[in-house]
Amino acid sequence: MANTQSMVTSFLSELMLGQHQLGSSTIVSRGSLTAPTTDTVKAALYLASATINAATTAYSATNEVSGAGYTAGGVTVTNATAPTSTNASATAGVGYWTPSASIIYTSVTLTTSFDCVLIYNSTQSNKAISVHTFTAQTITAGTLTLTMPASTTTTALLRLATT
Amino acid sequence: MDDSLLEHRAGEIENDNELTTWVEYWLDGELVHRSAHVTLKKIPSFAGGETASF
Repeated sequence: MANTQSMVTSFLSELMLGQHQLGSSTIVSRGSLTAPTTDTVKAALYLASATINAATTAYSATNEVSGAGYTAGGVTVTNATAPTSTNASATAGVGYWTPSASIIYTSVTLTTSFDCVLIYNSTQSNKAISVHTFTAQTITAGTLTLTMPASTTTTALLRLATT
Repeated sequence: MDDSLLEHRAGEIENDNELTTWVEYWLDGELVHRSAHVTLKKIPSFAGGETASF
């Protein structure tokens, strides 16, 4: 046997679960200190003319889509499956998470083209989580469905990996 | 409404990033319905977590 330097794989999913606090932080209360509630995650759509990227820190209504049937802030993401992690070797592993259902905007009219969805934590001051882009779309008295990928180590919506 | 008056159009885009399909219905040259279905394929990730050596 031998020891191997590494960041442990379980730490990756524990980050997503908020189980480590390595510095002082201000958060919105999750109720119990020992069994905190799950945060609410939301998904907002942005115009193709917006600038939403890795530098985005929080949800903003600026350049968000607007139109009949769409509520500012977007829709709540179904989150029935907690983040998990899978170890691959003595040095590598992946922590990952995927919403447990498609993100659906039903009966909306969005006539200005949009190409981006921002996933954010509406419980924790609307802090941004991830940005996903696609071919610019419009919707007319219809439905936009964003189908989630399979939640695996290689395809999950969010993945933190060590190599 | 007589559905036979509606013109149906549909399309699809598939690339490394997504598979997107859409359907449209037109009436007298006016778009009256458009829905889209986006399946994300290329997912942003962070890879490269490291620990320091002493």
